[in-house]
Amino acid sequence: MSDGATPSLSRRRLLELVGASVGGSATYQFMTRLGFASESPYRGPIKLEGDPKGASIIILGAGLAGMTAAIELRRAGCKINILEYNLRPGGRNWTLRGGDVTTELGGATQHCEFDAGLYINPGPWRIPYHHHAILDYCRRFGVTLEPFIQLNHNAFLHSATAFDGKPQRIRDIKADFEGGVSELLAKATRKGALDEAVSKEDREILLEALRSLGALDKDFRYRAGEASAAYRGYAKDPGGGVEAAPINGDPIGLHDILTSRLWRGLQNFLLYDFQTTMFQPVGGMGRIGEAFARQIPNGIRYGAKVIGVTQNETGVTVAFEDLVASGAVQEVRADWCVCTLPLTILSQIPLNVSARMKAAIDAVPYASAVKFGLQFSRRFWEEDEHIFGGITYTDLPIRQISYPCTGLNAGGKGVLLGGYTFDGPNSYEFTAMAPAERVKRAVDFGAQIHPQYRTEFENGVSVAWSRVPFTLGCAGDWSDEARSAHYNDLCQIDGRIVLAGEHASYIPAWQEGAILSALDAIQRLHKRIIAS
Amino acid sequence: MTETNSTRSRSRRNRHAMRKCIERIAWALVAAGAVAAPVLADELSSKTPAMSRGWEFAERGGADLLNNVCAACHQPDAKGAIRAAAYPSLAADTKLASTDFLLAVLLDGLRGMPPVGSMMSDEQVADVVNYVRTHFGNSYAGAVSAAEVSAARRSTKSAP
Repeated sequence: MSDGATPSLSRRRLLELVGASVGGSATYQFMTRLGFASESPYRGPIKLEGDPKGASIIILGAGLAGMTAAIELRRAGCKINILEYNLRPGGRNWTLRGGDVTTELGGATQHCEFDAGLYINPGPWRIPYHHHAILDYCRRFGVTLEPFIQLNHNAFLHSATAFDGKPQRIRDIKADFEGGVSELLAKATRKGALDEAVSKEDREILLEALRSLGALDKDFRYRAGEASAAYRGYAKDPGGGVEAAPINGDPIGLHDILTSRLWRGLQNFLLYDFQTTMFQPVGGMGRIGEAFARQIPNGIRYGAKVIGVTQNETGVTVAFEDLVASGAVQEVRADWCVCTLPLTILSQIPLNVSARMKAAIDAVPYASAVKFGLQFSRRFWEEDEHIFGGITYTDLPIRQISYPCTGLNAGGKGVLLGGYTFDGPNSYEFTAMAPAERVKRAVDFGAQIHPQYRTEFENGVSVAWSRVPFTLGCAGDWSDEARSAHYNDLCQIDGRIVLAGEHASYIPAWQEGAILSALDAIQRLHKRIIAS
Repeated sequence: MTETNSTRSRSRRNRHAMRKCIERIAWALVAAGAVAAPVLADELSSKTPAMSRGWEFAERGGADLLNNVCAACHQPDAKGAIRAAAYPSLAADTKLASTDFLLAVLLDGLRGMPPVGSMMSDEQVADVVNYVRTHFGNSYAGAVSAAEVSAARRSTKSAP
């Protein structure tokens, strides 16, 4: 609504008018423009109305999906219990801090030696502003958030085979790419090459826009000068007093940027999932899982390895090994079951569901991913290179280096995310190494970008998700074919069992997907319970 | 997740070109990377990473592929591992009698296992299949050829 022509109509009346004249889809688009309809399916805290008459629900997994289900179903009057393999809540919502010990599949154990206050998030580490559900739960459960810096113009884009391996500032690549392209487009426009596509009036506006956004000079050229320096910065920054005049730098030529392929890195700042503002919890992503768990007093049984799920007309029986009590097998029975176990695990557990659901459970490969946390004796990226938060992208196997978004400009030690691979050969290659070897490699690769690594590195940890004992993989890696063949079957209520988790969402590998999946599953399940 | 898309969209030609560049170096270093002895940072030349570039495995030969790809989950001794669930052992495994089975697993994946063969050439898939079928207590006759892998690949959804 930009014309302001209908100030006296009530919102409801306005929506009725639009709905009556052009149909529901138009209403929705109109609502979205007004900002009333969310771009997320999340519509605020769910309301589960009706008396479940003490129905009992066993929930498998105390990750965000399982705990969301537990919190909301208990609030609705159901009796809930969660079985969790780990001895902590959160699942992949997880923070490693100094003193933590982690053992991977294969038996290698790492002792995290970070100094107090330093941490790494091996799993989820950033929250987009449009992930409304997790943001709402953080607000309701008192999880303090702070900005996660995705784009730092002063971080680097790096290729081992471009610019002699010298890292380039994102600021330079971004400004010079856009300037170079704008100059080309302006040239074509002024030569009349676009006359068939652009009207005479638009032509003038286009040229003005190219000059403005591409930092072109009065002759529509992208050159060293005031215009480009205002975007890309200076060879020598402006100062005070004598000899304080700035010196403009020479832009990198478009040919060099194109052939370097460094422009590829810019995508990480354009994609919807990575647009500002992004968030992280103060103190580590694990604070969210801890906050959820506090909402479920006496509701989570830890150290419980699920080994079988059986349903009949009257209920669901779950067999589990009590890992705390040396593997004794026990059973728990409930009226219904919400299962949030990763499909890597569920596909191996005896479970009597329909053939279609079983096929869906078996249809999803899990991504392989590796992360590194590296502690350094000083925050050289801030002190020497003036990089405060943000991410450097590289074509080295570590793929990226993320600088901490907290403790900025305060000196002292720091922990970097020293690498994050997702899928691809390097994920498997790193995973196949012993943890100490992985860290050595990450330090060696990182030293190509920050030579200070060689003298300032203190200790590190690595988490290879394919070797994480409670997931055997990072996240559901749906192909389009598998999704179209199996996704709906995966999400059905099968008798007395319903699945939830990031794998049962269109936002795989994100916490929002886990929560939205759980909310959808329990709303349908709750209706079924009330009706039964 | 999404950051992989840009890398994935690299043209096949680019990936091949890049692979060619580092192939010779990788040959020597991949083997070194598989050695369990501690490696000092100084010993790892920063200019010659013993790892793949791009989206196809640089390793050559069954042993290197097994040690740097399969071992990620099935472990260096190929005996698998078990915690909340299991990675099956490939040692003394009667299922490996069938090359069709192995090819299908590598090219299509199996349950949670990704189709890692889609990041390998036909020769690489043949090499790793033949290697695992003749090591770790397996001694099955009948090696598969790259041509057979190619035919199997065409019959599966993982064809490039």
